[in-house]
Amino acid sequence: MTLTTQQVYFDDVHEGDEIPLLRKACTLQQLVMWAGASGDFYQIHFDPDFARGVGLDGVIVHGGLKHAFLGQLLHEWIAPGGSIRRFGCQFRGMDYPNQELLCRGVVTRTYEEHGQALVDLDVWIENSAGVRTTPGSATVVLPRR
Amino acid sequence: MPDSIITAEMQSLVGHEVDEGVAEVTTTSCRLFARAVGHTDPIFFDDAVARARGYRGVVAPPGYLGTPVGDPGVRSKIPVPTSIAGLRLPYRRTLDGGTAYEYLEPVVAGDVIASRSKITRYEERVGSIGPMLITYHETSYTRQDGTLVARMYGHIIHY
Repeated sequence: MTLTTQQVYFDDVHEGDEIPLLRKACTLQQLVMWAGASGDFYQIHFDPDFARGVGLDGVIVHGGLKHAFLGQLLHEWIAPGGSIRRFGCQFRGMDYPNQELLCRGVVTRTYEEHGQALVDLDVWIENSAGVRTTPGSATVVLPRR
Repeated sequence: MPDSIITAEMQSLVGHEVDEGVAEVTTTSCRLFARAVGHTDPIFFDDAVARARGYRGVVAPPGYLGTPVGDPGVRSKIPVPTSIAGLRLPYRRTLDGGTAYEYLEPVVAGDVIASRSKITRYEERVGSIGPMLITYHETSYTRQDGTLVARMYGHIIHY
């Protein structure tokens, strides 16, 4: 269990800060694990013949898994004391197994609301060619010092 | 722009809430989900650690609520809300366009969550993949004690 990162505090976060990168190299095995864990058994995510039969280049990574990767990116940044208020992403481009996916985020706003210290971020997944296939945004609550 | 494929029947579904069923959040399903994503924080695996960190039990990882685990209905395709799955459309293919969650309360193993979904609007567009219908939908998640724990906003693309 590697989650022993130091707590990030609201006081130390500023607009423009980049949060620590999360690298994911998704194997076909991981897509199968995700299919089982999520219950999404659409064959385009594990059956290459089926995927090509509906016009895809091959098996593609589940949107839900990419969404969950961004959830992991946020969780690892804010844990243990922060919480995710809102986060979402759009599935603009397809991603394929065995390619490195970079999950990234940049702080866009820090503010207080109803006594809570909030941080807005742009988050996204980019492929090895630098294309943002999965852009999104998030709001998290952080503890103060 | 081709003729609209949105029928009066489809239009009448906008805003109509559909029961998506009730599912128990279990320790095992949280662990499976966390393992599949690659989470390493023990709050997603270990009840004692989760409780020591102030949670009521093993925590459901971000994104967990959107998954249809526990639904006995066979879903071989993309897991779309029932209200959308029932649409009769001239398009053969489906893509999940995106999803956003608003989290109001932590969701943990032992919670029993009732989901209700509705279509909020349609949009027709011609994109790089041809003519498409974008259906925007919203799902609410309510715990057994009546607390609204999360909302999900998404859009499904048929083309």
